Amino acid sequence: MAEIVRRNKPLSVSPLKTSQPLGASLAILGLDRAIPLLHGAQGCAAFAKVFFVRHFREPIPLQTTALDQISSIMGADDSLLEGLSTVCEKHRPAAVGLLTTGLTETQGTDIHRVLKIFRERHPEFRAIRIVPVNTPDFSGGLESGFAAAVQAMIDHWTPSVAASGVRPGRRPRQINVLCGPSLTPGDLEALKELIESFDLHPLLLPDLSDSLDGHLAIDEFSPLTTGGTPVAAFAALGDAAATLVIGASLYPAAERLAQRTGTPLHRFDHLWGLEANDRLIMTLAGIAGCPVPARLERQRAQLQDAMLDTHFLLGQARLAIAADADLLHAACTLGVEIGAEIVAAVTSCRATVLERIPVAQVHIGDLEDVEQLAQRNEAELLLGNSHMADVAQRLALPLLRMGFPLYDQIGAYRRTWIGYRGSRQTLFDLANGLLGAHQQPVMPYHSLYSPKPDHRPEEHGHETATASMDRHGWH
Amino acid sequence: MKPSDLAALIDEPACTHNLKSKSGCARPKPGAAAGGCAFDGAQIALLPIADVAHIVHGPISCAGNSWDNRGARSTGPALYRLGLTTDLSEQDVIMGRGEKRLFHAIKQVVDSHAPAAVFVYSTCVTALIGDDLEAVCKAAARRWGVPVIPIDSAGFFGSKNLGNRIAGEAMLKYVIGGREPEPPPVDPARPELRVHNINLIGEYNIAGELWHTLPLFDELGLRVLCSLSGDARFQEIQTMHRAEVNMVVCSRAMLNVARKLKERYGAPWFEGSFYGVRDVSAALRDFARLLDDPDLHARTEALIAREEARIDAELAPWRERLRGKRALLYTGGVKSWSIVAALQDLGLTVVATGTKKSTEEDKERIRELMGEDAQMIDDGNPRGLLDLARANQADILIAGGRNMYTAIKARLPFLDVNQEREHGYAGYQGMVTLARQLVRALENPVWDAVRHPAPWTTLPEAAHG
Repeated sequence: MAEIVRRNKPLSVSPLKTSQPLGASLAILGLDRAIPLLHGAQGCAAFAKVFFVRHFREPIPLQTTALDQISSIMGADDSLLEGLSTVCEKHRPAAVGLLTTGLTETQGTDIHRVLKIFRERHPEFRAIRIVPVNTPDFSGGLESGFAAAVQAMIDHWTPSVAASGVRPGRRPRQINVLCGPSLTPGDLEALKELIESFDLHPLLLPDLSDSLDGHLAIDEFSPLTTGGTPVAAFAALGDAAATLVIGASLYPAAERLAQRTGTPLHRFDHLWGLEANDRLIMTLAGIAGCPVPARLERQRAQLQDAMLDTHFLLGQARLAIAADADLLHAACTLGVEIGAEIVAAVTSCRATVLERIPVAQVHIGDLEDVEQLAQRNEAELLLGNSHMADVAQRLALPLLRMGFPLYDQIGAYRRTWIGYRGSRQTLFDLANGLLGAHQQPVMPYHSLYSPKPDHRPEEHGHETATASMDRHGWH
Repeated sequence: MKPSDLAALIDEPACTHNLKSKSGCARPKPGAAAGGCAFDGAQIALLPIADVAHIVHGPISCAGNSWDNRGARSTGPALYRLGLTTDLSEQDVIMGRGEKRLFHAIKQVVDSHAPAAVFVYSTCVTALIGDDLEAVCKAAARRWGVPVIPIDSAGFFGSKNLGNRIAGEAMLKYVIGGREPEPPPVDPARPELRVHNINLIGEYNIAGELWHTLPLFDELGLRVLCSLSGDARFQEIQTMHRAEVNMVVCSRAMLNVARKLKERYGAPWFEGSFYGVRDVSAALRDFARLLDDPDLHARTEALIAREEARIDAELAPWRERLRGKRALLYTGGVKSWSIVAALQDLGLTVVATGTKKSTEEDKERIRELMGEDAQMIDDGNPRGLLDLARANQADILIAGGRNMYTAIKARLPFLDVNQEREHGYAGYQGMVTLARQLVRALENPVWDAVRHPAPWTTLPEAAHG
């Protein structure tokens, strides 16, 4: 069980953490024809928008109630009502995520009450689903905000068995999959294909691989998401044969769904590495009642082979990893599975999963902490977001980019990490990072009694410099 | 910030937005607003000061979601690129521990980074719970022996533009006048040269474009005491009161700084731009005119003649390729006309330009450049921009990064001219970069490829079998 080391300094330097409203927005962006509405000052939404635009390289629908000084102090209910009706009137969305911010939570806005008033005043927008979520940015982070939004969707939009007549297994091929924010659009595509290979129909919730996978649509412009989980699908969640949940941050939401509908629940902390994927395949084979497709067996054998090929390099390799809890858990587990040493594990905020991470210590901190730990513990490889590029440069270490935000590499947002194939590629990339880097060699020894007349020390110095340049080149 | 102080900033008298009945910056509409907040604006205006530790006092959103996302460059220190925040927790907010945390945060950064100064930005939450920013900064400065400057910039105070002015006001109140400049270095080749001190206000050294214009100033014997705030140092800002002339580079942004420098120290100011050959020359001439130095005047004319001839020759092949292309320009304030001039220099036709943040004066300049019937765009919603581009057969949309994906999703070539861009377009040399980037965007073969549907969707019926 990992020891959790809490933040012990007043200033966060190069923050790893991002905010709850950001995470909740991301979840809403995985719904079809949806838009998040951030109840706060304009900057709350502007920063979130720029953040995701840079990460996904896509237009991002996001709106704000644009509070000013007067509404911040005298009450912001009118701004909220106006914001809601403007968004509904202008864009006719299928779903709106109504999210609070640090400002409106401090002020004490009751969005649930205001939403009731809105419903009374605007029956014409009855068909538009609006989900209110409390996401103060002074607690939690991206993962908890994402989870809060998913849980709110389930609370508000999933009918209970008693109320609607849904029945677990009425659609025997349907599998609900609650997908945490550590899964990229590429991961979700791979997961869908995997589930479909058992002749099952996955219903992803939310589905960022359908909205933010980066595709050129026929329509040239939309103020709403152009894909994602349709809100109508919530009505049928209770008919599924089973629910999978990927990412411990979504367990409470998944348990709520299971309680409400009675669908059997299968929990996966993550899908990185051999063991996690074995368990997923066994689960799917059990639900589908059919044998495992031969090509999955082949992919598994390929991963095993990659583990052997890379273990020379990755065994005892010293990894420093910084990520939100679920992703940190995934990366640490894969590292341990291949025999690497996790010399720094840093996360953004408290989560129950942290104690399960197979390392001695998990630090709640920032990128300055990662840098110091990596340096002190002589890390050889870094895993983290694009902000880590500066750390990597200062330490002259290779960095494998993952998490949020990823803005300095094209396409990084959609990399596939999960499954046998994704895990295999990750092992290759980690090993290549070490190959490109300079292994601690034996320093040339210049003997007094058997000197080499053609020895040129400056040449060796030059080689070392080149090797460290190469390391920068690796991503 | 007191409502009266805020009102004074909103009613910036030098801003011609305020001459009409509907005074000041317009209130954004909930649910249909675009752009950042006052904190965003204050941060943008000051973050490029390279040797300062910029601490954001608030919960995680304000710094955590936004740090390290702009292209301002520095010749030396990288301290400004660190994201620093007190990252307040729920307990801090409820128990009122924000001030204490801030005080120790300042100590932490002073101990670990020895900054020239610490700037502390307040945010919505810390303004709302009533943290006394000024008192904490004063106490911390006394205790740790480093200047600590409060920037009272709660997001809800208003727009990004207002935030720029709040930042400028803080510089006037706490920093400018704090130090006298050293005597200028003597150029051994020209020991007799009379050197003049100037400031560039609102120049952010995006993508290093200040370095396109600095050689020109060096050659003319104009010492840039401070560029507020691109590649600036704290000590340089302290000496800004000694400039003989101030140039406001990014129009509305920090007009208040120029105006008050004139009020207090008598230095005249002018608005100008470094985009486009004509405007660079005009800015240099404005300096010579306001400095009233006949020798400088003659040398300025000589430099302009030489540079214009040189750049004309260099631009000739690019102008050939760009002639007749039609651009739709949507950007803010001063850029609504300065980029028009630059594009016209290159032989493009500007079919319309955005004027959302422009003043009457800006619009007058647009009419001078584009004719009386110049199309001006007040509301830059993405749908409208695309419709306008189509209606005017625009070949390219030139705008800020937020519109990039609007354009390319509509298969319309795009060029980024705002803060996030990666290329410097200022100065004579910047025009070559601009021309090259325009050609790169316009002539790429991908436009053809992405406009064709999948071949099987256009097969005749029979072929489907």
